[in-house]
Amino acid sequence: MLSAGPTPHIDTAEWEFSIVPESGEPRTWSWEQLMAEKIEEVTTDIHCVTHWTKLGTTWRGVSLDTLFADVETSQDYVMAHSYGGYTTNVPLDELLNGQAWIAFEFDGEPLDPEHGGPARLIVPHLYFWKSAKWVRSLVMMADDEPGFWEQSGYHIHGDPWKEERYW
Amino acid sequence: MTHLDGNSLAGVLSELFRFDPTTASARCAGCGAIDVLARAMVWEGTPGTVVRCASCDNVLATIVESDDKLWLNFSGITAVEVRR
Repeated sequence: MLSAGPTPHIDTAEWEFSIVPESGEPRTWSWEQLMAEKIEEVTTDIHCVTHWTKLGTTWRGVSLDTLFADVETSQDYVMAHSYGGYTTNVPLDELLNGQAWIAFEFDGEPLDPEHGGPARLIVPHLYFWKSAKWVRSLVMMADDEPGFWEQSGYHIHGDPWKEERYW
Repeated sequence: MTHLDGNSLAGVLSELFRFDPTTASARCAGCGAIDVLARAMVWEGTPGTVVRCASCDNVLATIVESDDKLWLNFSGITAVEVRR
């Protein structure tokens, strides 16, 4: 996902990330609390919908397996919300089992705001518009509802191996 | 009263897009501001183009282009004024 508007500049002192299950009671992390979680190094290929692929990118972040460990939900879909208003939808089972992270470093450097810093979602096995920059919350949903680009022409799922680019 | 199919829109839409639509005024669904589209804020890039209200930053429209298709989403605009 590139910029759909002004780049949000979020100080880590103000930054928060939440997972919101159907109970409506969020599980929230401050920056310090996120840094205290188990941090993983991830090397992965990423795929942009505009036909480029970047091989072997390296990231550091916290797995969503870790962040969902204490979240109780029976709902199957997630809407990622970003600072700045962007949204994108992903099925929960495509965020777990080592498939997605809240990343705060890219190629050994802190993520700058232009690239989604201080932290962004990465879901490398889907097209990169699903890897929401400036992520601030993941909200559980009973049904798969389209996010920002998915409402406007892009595929609701976005699997690069199936070339799921558009409706 | 029965409804018509989309073919009935051909006349009015051909009038709407017969000229440069950036000279048309649009009303923002977010703040109600009415301004010509040419004054909106446009963010070009991938995956698509985002048009935002110059008054409140609300997303007025998006444009997604593939090799053979174009998607227009005007859900942030309540109405467009077209000079006849």
